[in-house]
Amino acid sequence: MTASTLVKAGLLAGLPLLLAACEVGPKEIAQSGHRGTGMVQIAQKANLPGPVTIPDEGYRDWEPDRSPDAEKAGQFYQNVQVLGDLTTDEFNRLMVAITAWVSPEGSVENGGCNYCHNPENMASDEVYTKVVARKMLQMTRAINVNWTGHVKQTGVTCYTCHRGQPVPANYWTIDPDAMARMGITGNRFGQNNPDKTGAVYSSLPHDPFTAYLKAADPTERKIRIAGVSAYPVSGAQGATLQATEGTYGLMMHMSDSLGVNCTFCHNTHSFSDWSGSSAQRAVSWYGIRMVRDINEGYITPLTSVFPVNRLGPEGDPFKVNCTTCHAGQNKPLGGIRMIDTFPELARIPAPVVAAAPAQPAG
Amino acid sequence: MALLSFERKYRVRGGTLIGGDLFDFWVGPFYVGFFGVTTLFFASLGTALILYGAAIGPTWNPWLISIEPPDLSYGLGLAPLKEGGLWQIITICAIGAFVSWALREVEICRKLGMGYHVPFAFGVAIFAYVTLVVFRPFLLGAWGHGFPYGIFSHLDWVSNVGYQYLHFHYNPAHMIAVSFFFTTTLALSLHGSLILSAANPAKGETVKSSEHEDMFFQDIIGYSVGTLGIHRLGLILALNAGFWSAVCIIISGPFWTRGWPEWWSWWLNLPIWN
Repeated sequence: MTASTLVKAGLLAGLPLLLAACEVGPKEIAQSGHRGTGMVQIAQKANLPGPVTIPDEGYRDWEPDRSPDAEKAGQFYQNVQVLGDLTTDEFNRLMVAITAWVSPEGSVENGGCNYCHNPENMASDEVYTKVVARKMLQMTRAINVNWTGHVKQTGVTCYTCHRGQPVPANYWTIDPDAMARMGITGNRFGQNNPDKTGAVYSSLPHDPFTAYLKAADPTERKIRIAGVSAYPVSGAQGATLQATEGTYGLMMHMSDSLGVNCTFCHNTHSFSDWSGSSAQRAVSWYGIRMVRDINEGYITPLTSVFPVNRLGPEGDPFKVNCTTCHAGQNKPLGGIRMIDTFPELARIPAPVVAAAPAQPAG
Repeated sequence: MALLSFERKYRVRGGTLIGGDLFDFWVGPFYVGFFGVTTLFFASLGTALILYGAAIGPTWNPWLISIEPPDLSYGLGLAPLKEGGLWQIITICAIGAFVSWALREVEICRKLGMGYHVPFAFGVAIFAYVTLVVFRPFLLGAWGHGFPYGIFSHLDWVSNVGYQYLHFHYNPAHMIAVSFFFTTTLALSLHGSLILSAANPAKGETVKSSEHEDMFFQDIIGYSVGTLGIHRLGLILALNAGFWSAVCIIISGPFWTRGWPEWWSWWLNLPIWN
């Protein structure tokens, strides 16, 4: 084989590889920092998620009776433990909306009201999904009231995550492959596995969720591994190399979830320096803590309620991460504000209302 | 300035690309030429503008002085002087000075009847610079994608642009460029240590010949690329380092917008194992 034949063979084999993975179409570009810093978001227009259509046929023109003397759901219906402060009209409209958001008839197996309710006795808690839905309503209200640092005035509804599916498309469970184990043979130490979605195609640790998003971190230093002084503090244990990779893995997930890059929040001159960061970093800071609160306070307590097919391999329920709501957009649903239509999801009534006497189920 | 005994033969008239005899003379040991004049013009103007930019900027700390490109909103248009316009003029000056210098090198090569290796090599460096401040910004539709002219600020820019693609070490052209950079320094260190050793023998020994140098590497790795060959190898390694650097940045943005790790999904999806 002559040299020129080799060169031709190389070009023939190499060129398609070089060109096949190119994105040549028009771009959507936004500057996210001061000029010249290189803080820029570049996206292929064809890759951007399209506009979201909210399935609101059932309630679009339903203006509920909100008058203060209207009958309250807590008094009219039995076993209304969370939404008792709603007027019956608000309550019924919300039930219609939840059905469209979470378990619409037709596209979901066993969809419709009966996904959560026993049609013979709507007040009964015998269908487990109703118990879950109750907790999720408490969670939705808590998010809208307690976590405005993250959800601002846009707020969330069931649709923000569920998008017409009983189980949101994006969730996580503890990954047994990422758990610490002994031995060196076949032990990837929870990384070097780009097939795992958590690593976003990289070799970084692929389950940053268990470490960083499962529960509150009282030390507040777990993610921020940057040193606080130029030299190691004598006597203090600095972050390990593994810890920096763990943080990198989490940040890869956050970037991927939001469809942004690292410079959306950080000036990489110093990742930890708040003065160089964009305002979104603070929003994101609250988001991490919100996700921990959701997982620890609302989802994990439901572990015993879920059937086995709604649990991960380690027996833990399907938990949320950034992708659960964001799904590739830096504002979930493209920033559509649904909470104006459902202000009842953005308040937590005084306990006296919630404790209104309800008839026992059955 | 004293001339070396062989200096005279470098002063050959003619061979100019432009201007004929006009600037075909020497000032002391320095050839002037038309492109020497344009180099001086662009370099002086550009430097003066950088000093002006520093004067109207917030600091005289040489590490922190920064001449920044315009906001992306100016697109490929001109920006006001204090909002990136300075950067645009300085960029023109820089390219003018670099290209003039390369053409001056070409004229000297023509005078001496030698190959164009030196201007070509410098041309690759200019190509890498122009890729950063002209080609890539042009493809992305805004001069604001160029890098700022400042010691720290341009490093921050490099870092941030890398993180635009989540993990730049997964950029295949970056991998190639980095490999060439490391290899060129390895080759230089091997060659430099060899030459220094041969030229500085132990007391009482003579300076070693090229045969001795060849034999050293033939003994240690079984092969010596030779005295001329090492310079060809060094050139091709260094030029490839610069060239692939330009490739790795021009594909980042214009031809790939996601994280670089994701680009490798073609590898993960090869039918061999998927």
